[in-house]
Amino acid sequence: MTSQTGQRLGVTGGVGESTIRPDGVAKLRGEFAYAQDLTAEGMLWAATTRSPHARARIVSIDIAPALAIGGVHAVLTHDDVPGRALFGLEHPDQPVLASEEVRYWGEPVAVVAAEDEHTARLAAAAIEVNYEELEPLVDPEEADRRDDVFRRMTVRRGDPEIRGSVVVEGFYEVGMQDQAPLGTEAGLATPDGHGGVDLYATSQYVHVDHEQVVASLGLRPDQVRAHPVGIGGAFGAREDVNLHIHLCLLALHTNRPVKMVYHRAESFTGHVHRHPARMWFRHEADDDGRLVRVEARILIDGGAYASTTGPVLANACYFAVGPYRCDSVAIEGVGARTNNPPCGAMRGFGAVQACFAHEAQMDRLAQSLGMDPLELRRRNALVTGDIMPTTGQRIETPLPTQEVIDSLAAMPRLDEPPTSDPLQLPGGTGLTSGLEHVRRGVGYALSIKNLGFSEGFDDYAQARVKLTPAGAVVESAAIEVGQGLVTVLAQIARTVLGVSEAEVRHVDTSRIDSAGSTSASRQTQLSGGATREAAERIRAMILEKYAADHLDDEGAWRGEELVVPMSRLATEGWEETVTFRHPPTEAPDENGQGTLHADFAVAGHRAVVDVDAELGLVRVVRVDTAQDVGRALNPEAVRGQIEGGIMQGVGLAIMEELILDEGKMRNATFTDYLLPTILDAPAVEALLIEQDGSWGPFGAKGVGEPPTISSTPAVVAALRAVTGRPLHRVPVRPQDMALESVP
Amino acid sequence: MIVSFRLNGQQTTFRFTHPVSLLNVLRNELAAPGAKSSCDQGECGSCSVMLDEELVCSCLVLASDVEGSEVTTVEGVSGPDGQLHPVQRAMHEAGAVQCGFCTPGIVVAAVELFDAEPSPSASRIREALAGNICRCTGYGAIVRSFERLAGREAP
Repeated sequence: MTSQTGQRLGVTGGVGESTIRPDGVAKLRGEFAYAQDLTAEGMLWAATTRSPHARARIVSIDIAPALAIGGVHAVLTHDDVPGRALFGLEHPDQPVLASEEVRYWGEPVAVVAAEDEHTARLAAAAIEVNYEELEPLVDPEEADRRDDVFRRMTVRRGDPEIRGSVVVEGFYEVGMQDQAPLGTEAGLATPDGHGGVDLYATSQYVHVDHEQVVASLGLRPDQVRAHPVGIGGAFGAREDVNLHIHLCLLALHTNRPVKMVYHRAESFTGHVHRHPARMWFRHEADDDGRLVRVEARILIDGGAYASTTGPVLANACYFAVGPYRCDSVAIEGVGARTNNPPCGAMRGFGAVQACFAHEAQMDRLAQSLGMDPLELRRRNALVTGDIMPTTGQRIETPLPTQEVIDSLAAMPRLDEPPTSDPLQLPGGTGLTSGLEHVRRGVGYALSIKNLGFSEGFDDYAQARVKLTPAGAVVESAAIEVGQGLVTVLAQIARTVLGVSEAEVRHVDTSRIDSAGSTSASRQTQLSGGATREAAERIRAMILEKYAADHLDDEGAWRGEELVVPMSRLATEGWEETVTFRHPPTEAPDENGQGTLHADFAVAGHRAVVDVDAELGLVRVVRVDTAQDVGRALNPEAVRGQIEGGIMQGVGLAIMEELILDEGKMRNATFTDYLLPTILDAPAVEALLIEQDGSWGPFGAKGVGEPPTISSTPAVVAALRAVTGRPLHRVPVRPQDMALESVP
Repeated sequence: MIVSFRLNGQQTTFRFTHPVSLLNVLRNELAAPGAKSSCDQGECGSCSVMLDEELVCSCLVLASDVEGSEVTTVEGVSGPDGQLHPVQRAMHEAGAVQCGFCTPGIVVAAVELFDAEPSPSASRIREALAGNICRCTGYGAIVRSFERLAGREAP
């Protein structure tokens, strides 16, 4: 990995260094406490009864057989929800427990608490629910025709009559991907003895969990505390409530601590997925390859409940053109409501679906023009000061699209020729392929993504910084999901305060205001921004009080003189709490126009694949990338995000899809939902493009999502280069590559 | 039923009434939550432990089958002085840990590899870890950590 700039600032362990994560040793020893590992004295175990139908009327629920089992303490249904019967991240439209009708396969109908997990699951299975099956609506196009939608939107800009001399048109599809975090949903709720409850559960956003628990339990906000806990990955799957309200209901009902851990199959139904998409695109360009007009229709399947379908659809529409200039755009978006499993946030959030289509279109355009695909992209590159082709927003923060393209073009080809090592052959040690059948292909793709929340959302993060005898302490309710926020906030505190020791403490919803969601690539910028500002205020106050000019481990200095030692400063109770907001955004007008986004990031990927085209087998050899990171606060952690994000993008390109049959999942296990293993991992060379000017701390931009967005289309472009097939759908299956015509 | 075995060098006895996996017993009865439950069907390796000389997915081992055996989990990998095993140190230094849920299983699998073969080839490292899914890192830092430990710098 190389970096274009990057000087270090001050203290050891500060910004710009690849500081090692503080929780690493505990995780390596197996001592780190995940939500799955929590226990409490007198704890009960909970389990959930779920709908076996994609759509059915609930005729009756008989809980008596469950209550008759020894060791069962509570069986709760919709009648036992004391507050708001519905919950939802954006719109409360999903029943806490289904009443009258179930709308997707796996929807929770009842919950049970018992002495142990085995008994709880037996009891959940013993509940007799009498259903009258109804015809499920599983086709999102039919839902669109019936106007059964969560959101429709139009993005319109420029002269609709303008026409180009070169036209390419295509239809594209993206399958339903799952985040598949290794830790399943889990949590513990503990009654406080005064009618309130403490919740320790998997989450990306404890303050919205808190709001929803309070509403459905009918409690005062101060009666519920949602605590950050150890999380085994997230990738979007933990923004929505699932077991949170259930656990709190059971804890208050039984007056005992209650724990629940989803099994893997349950986890597949218990969280939202990446929206499947069907997309039509038409690109028109002039003879020089400049985009003249882009039209698209994007249909995503939201499943049974709203979750974040609205903003996911918006992202797909706003980023439908990609990082390219175009003055005439018309995008129609539909977020359909069906009886398929609910879809919501997953890394890349709408930009992933659109990028697969717009990058395929750009390649087809290049082919029609007889132009190099990177040259076509260079001619259209959207850069700082340009107008977003979709929303009309002027881009004020650095957007190094040209640098990304030039870097990709200049990166050496590090791939070595294919060998007969079975681990390196498509199909692997099955030895189905032979070296003589292997052909290599290369493909490129670019992406653009918004950073932070958009469309007028009041997006903020609060953090508290203290100077203590143990060093700097950062308090925050931001969720560490593995990405390394816990490392980077400490680096920021060290750099600003000049102290070597810094610790991040996760505090519950009663002790600090929201840090917002760990999503939208936003926490380094938002919680990092709050941490920096709080630390800077403390530093400024200390320097002012002691007329000093420098702060470090020794204390405050005036020139060569130590004015006050750290041993004294650290007992003076310095503490600052800051709420950091990014530049405000506005809601879109009826044409999807406005200053809707706070910041953007671009990335580009070059994929190298080996394909046995007769068998349709693939090995992704390398995925190299250039990514706009603003400033890499921790280069190794950035690299970890890039490599991990690329792997998920490769997964979507060639193997990951939840298969539905009339709304029912057919592969809700790790045996049948294929995840990339170490043998599928491509080599990655990552070039970090650093430019000052973003509002993130020290110019940092979010880095988590871009690696996932354009890696998928780059891989598919490489597959097209080898096979000559259109490959309009991901994941690409063997038969799509090997057979002459697959519908 | 009562079963006795050695867990990380300590003689251990437990009693159970219905069929249960070794993983379940470790996590819920014996306060050894290091091995993680993720797929519950032997696909992801998060629950990997050593059963005598064999690397196994503890979710697939019936607790009744460990009578008289020696079970080593991630908690038993560090030296008696509590020092990190070289495998753990290599992963720590290379940034091979993100969420960490796959980490205990990878540590146990890699300890088995490096105990048998101090300088495995790049292919051998990948083969040995092919049963451990990591969803965060894309495996890059994991490969680098073990190639360094094997004395082979990652490409």
